[in-house]
Amino acid sequence: MSDLIRLTAADLAQKLAAKEVSAVEVTTAHLARIDQVDTAVHAFLHVDREGALASAKAIDERRVNGEVLPVLAGVPLGLKDIVATKGVPTTCGSKILEGWKPPYDATVTTKLREAGIIILGKTNMDEFAMGSSTEHSAYGTTHNPWDLSRIPGGSGGGSSACIAAFEAPLAIGTDTGGSIRQPAAVTGTVGVKPTYGGVSRYGIVALASSLDQVGPCGRNVLDTALLHSVIAGYDPMDSTSINSPVPDVVAAAKLGDIKGMTIGVVKEISGEGFQTGVKQRFEEAVALLESLGANVVEVSCPNFPYALAAYYLILPSECSSNLAKFDGMRFGLRAGDDGNHSVEQVMSLTRAAGFGAEVTRRIILGTYALSAGYYDAYYGQAQKVRTLIAQDFAKAFAQVDVLISPTAPTTAFKIGEKLDDPLAMYLNDVATIPLNLAGLPGMSLPIGLAPEDGLPVGLQIMAPAMADDRLYNVGAALERALLSQWGAPLLSNAPELAGA
Amino acid sequence: MSAISRDDVSHLAKLARIEIPETELDHYAAQLGAILDAVDQIASAPTDGVPAMSHPVPMTNVFRADVPAESLSAPEALSGAPAVEDDRFRVPRILDEE
Repeated sequence: MSDLIRLTAADLAQKLAAKEVSAVEVTTAHLARIDQVDTAVHAFLHVDREGALASAKAIDERRVNGEVLPVLAGVPLGLKDIVATKGVPTTCGSKILEGWKPPYDATVTTKLREAGIIILGKTNMDEFAMGSSTEHSAYGTTHNPWDLSRIPGGSGGGSSACIAAFEAPLAIGTDTGGSIRQPAAVTGTVGVKPTYGGVSRYGIVALASSLDQVGPCGRNVLDTALLHSVIAGYDPMDSTSINSPVPDVVAAAKLGDIKGMTIGVVKEISGEGFQTGVKQRFEEAVALLESLGANVVEVSCPNFPYALAAYYLILPSECSSNLAKFDGMRFGLRAGDDGNHSVEQVMSLTRAAGFGAEVTRRIILGTYALSAGYYDAYYGQAQKVRTLIAQDFAKAFAQVDVLISPTAPTTAFKIGEKLDDPLAMYLNDVATIPLNLAGLPGMSLPIGLAPEDGLPVGLQIMAPAMADDRLYNVGAALERALLSQWGAPLLSNAPELAGA
Repeated sequence: MSAISRDDVSHLAKLARIEIPETELDHYAAQLGAILDAVDQIASAPTDGVPAMSHPVPMTNVFRADVPAESLSAPEALSGAPAVEDDRFRVPRILDEE
């Protein structure tokens, strides 16, 4: 295996800046790794070989000409296939957008390009980001690099798997109910859902507009912070974008000092019903945080048990409305347009041909929750619960600096295990959903392997709005302490995948 | 209890413009029924006098300055269309010809 693919983004950036290695060499090494392992992992839906190499060449030329380039210039990345890329396929894992090439770039894509980051391709996901396993992708499941018979999490399983498999050091995900954090947890990587409004959503295909947030994925806390600082910031093209300074996440990731901080363990999402090894690693991490000088207390958020129900009413309601645009008229698939079908029939046939079962389920559920007679009992009630969840967080953050919990109730489960049981699938999100409802930032970072199955466990850190830097500070402290215990990053325990 | 019948699913599918084959209606009805049973728990949440929250960031009327800006050209906007005619989206007939 080429050494280049094992390097962190920060180390690659340093070598690139020192001209020890060229962006073309770095990109070529990662493309070769994709060729080597992606048949087995299936993290990518589309590899933009030519585009990536052309960008890398341009970066090298600018550097040779003496230009001072942004920190991550020349570092490769996998981009979730929900982010619009001009002229490069963007399918959202759906047949309804098969072959669609957006005529414009998302703001995030533009920012990545301006930072000189090399976009290797588009990563796999559950269709329209609905799922926790990538099994709802219309283009096949991504496999967890730790165990190819297991799910890589979802919806952004492709993004997390590509960094865990060393196909890219960085990736972009989106998180509506945990789609960055849960894949990070089950692949032994780091993922951050920024504050709602902290990163522009312009050009991101909307799932549930009041919950969706774009965020960075990396193999360690500092790399993730470097990417966070590239994509964050106010964008007039997104009316929900927050117009205030981006917290200094990179400085926080370098600091990692939690002496005197108060950390709250959320009672309601910290163990009951969770896998034994998940609980064990979490408890050890809590002890470690205490040994680093933090004051750890238990905090109760009494309304969190209602979060899952509220989420599975709000999300289907918003997505049933958002996905109405996929009607076969202006872009994507059109079915049944043979002169014999009315426009309504063409829309219905197109959506039947283009949407998978989970998308159909959620659209139907949302249509139900929003219909007259049920609106108040379902959607209206869910919105009130949302207020209660936000109030729980507000009360908690009056006492503590950050909150923590395990990221997911279990380690990676087997492919196929929960595919036909939507409720069981939804329970994966029990610990990640409250943050989305309140619009707050959260991180998942690896804290070890569950003894019973040898698979990664993630710890979730939650912070108040626009205090994203606290995630990185606490994350860096914990990561440093764990690394000194382990002697090597957790991912060095993952199988080689060579010749896979 | 939120029993949802195959007729309900059929009606909702019509409203949502998704053609669902007769043979799949029962399966969807059972799954949706199970999900609704689970989310029914929300009725017991203590929400008396609690305001609804539609969005995490309170913002109203976010407008940009009313100045002309660049937008997609017609060919760009039409580039992903399933059918184009005379520089426009071609859609199936909406009105009868009578």
